[in-house]
Amino acid sequence: MAGENSTALGHGAPGLLRGLALPAWLCGLAFAAALLAIFQYALRAHVPGELEPGGFTFQNFVAQAHPLYIGVFWDTLLLCAGTAILSLLAGYPLAWAILRTRSRLARSFILAIVITPLFLGEIVRTYGWIVVLGNSGFLNAALAWFGLGRAEMLFTTGGVLAALVHVTLPIVVIMLAAGLAHIEPELERAAQSLGATPARGFFTVTLPLSLPGILAAGTTAFAWTFSAFATPQLVGGGKVNMISNLVYQLGFASFNFPFAAALAVSGLALTAVTLAALSLLTRRVEQRL
Amino acid sequence: MRWWLRILVLLLLGFIAMPAIVACIVAFDARSILNFPPQAWSTRWFERALSYPDFRDGAWNSLLVMLSASVIATLLGAGAALTLEKLEFRGKRTLEALVMAPLVVPHFVVGLGFLTLFAQSGLPRGLPLLVLCHVVLVLPFVVRSVWISLKSLDGRLEDAALSLGAPPGRVLRQVTLPLLLPGLAGGWLFAAILSFTEFSASLFVSTQRTQTLPVAMYNYVREYADPSIAALSAIWIVTTMLLILAADRWLGLSRVLGTEVPGGR
Repeated sequence: MAGENSTALGHGAPGLLRGLALPAWLCGLAFAAALLAIFQYALRAHVPGELEPGGFTFQNFVAQAHPLYIGVFWDTLLLCAGTAILSLLAGYPLAWAILRTRSRLARSFILAIVITPLFLGEIVRTYGWIVVLGNSGFLNAALAWFGLGRAEMLFTTGGVLAALVHVTLPIVVIMLAAGLAHIEPELERAAQSLGATPARGFFTVTLPLSLPGILAAGTTAFAWTFSAFATPQLVGGGKVNMISNLVYQLGFASFNFPFAAALAVSGLALTAVTLAALSLLTRRVEQRL
Repeated sequence: MRWWLRILVLLLLGFIAMPAIVACIVAFDARSILNFPPQAWSTRWFERALSYPDFRDGAWNSLLVMLSASVIATLLGAGAALTLEKLEFRGKRTLEALVMAPLVVPHFVVGLGFLTLFAQSGLPRGLPLLVLCHVVLVLPFVVRSVWISLKSLDGRLEDAALSLGAPPGRVLRQVTLPLLLPGLAGGWLFAAILSFTEFSASLFVSTQRTQTLPVAMYNYVREYADPSIAALSAIWIVTTMLLILAADRWLGLSRVLGTEVPGGR
């Protein structure tokens, strides 16, 4: 029941409503102040052995033009893009199954398995992956059982990628399913009744129509992966680093908080640009549909 | 569904469930080093996990932070959603942006921000800092949940109460709030879960004394390789599944999910 919304209450008591929003204003301003604190730190000099930053400088941004840091930025972008693409590829069949399965039981079963990890938090899930990928972990035991030898999986980019996809998959499935729910199955059946093969019906009708959902889910997966910390830290074990890991190391191992802040600012700028480009692309696609 | 699609879906479900299942099995391994499959079984890691002081203190901190942050965020979020939905005012878009922005800012940046802010202002790094940080992080989810409920609420009920002479404060208390209850409950539950599982920001703003359970677990994984964490994870996984079942019964899974679609970690 989409109710008719009235703002009569607002007209009757603007003061009351304004007062109700006051605590949220304060909370939002605290958040803005925290972001400003990062910007301010980023422009201050690091005084070794001191927690208090020194004078104004651009050095923290200039120093980022080092191959070491550019490499981490590049790796982060690749991991984000790779995770987004892989979770879309894995998520699409799952979203499809949730929507098109006739049995209610099967649907609830798939949905329950897909969303449970969402509520487990980063640490429990990442620990699970250490046990799966470790040198004497589950996968290596399985490989040995099949007589396939052992494989180095922990502390590799592939291992980190698998764990990152695991983190983003639930949200990608939910977003893809929400997008697919708007597409009538009849459209595809119509294409097939006009002589198209099921595959052609899918690629010329359903897939293009679900493109906005795919882009939205991909964007979210990209942004989530960018903010991942525990997964690359523990599964990557220092050999696979993302910006988040670098920021933490600089802050808590070297106590160089100004440089950590500057890296965080650059990371924010990088994601902002990427997300803006992705939203521009989404708008283009939606206009063409 | 075609057979190959069924097999693909089963394989993908296996991929999703694998880490949790493997962790639960390892939790019962008698040996003190990770080695799959277990040769002998024991429950001693559960005893160690439940008696380890850092986990006990961490669980206590996590509960305190979760309860305060989720209740505060629900109250703040409900107020903000009501005002954003019912009132036209200058700065409306600014308020919306300020409240929703933590969704798109990585948690480690939020944590670093509050750490530097508190360091600069000379404020202590105690539990209030953790609570503030968590309130900021979960607020967008509460606002969204309540806002969705407000949009589907029949505004004519409020109009009727107003036109019959009820003062606005009473209309809010006796008409709007009871109708909003499911949205508020969904938002609170989601805020509580997010706060309890939050890690990255908490790692930055907590200290040895105020560390939450996920932070204590992270520190343990970095130092020891025994299956205590597997035991703790097993308890965590079972509790979470029971909570999800309960939420599905009382609130409906789709309602809880409706609040989380555009999520942030």
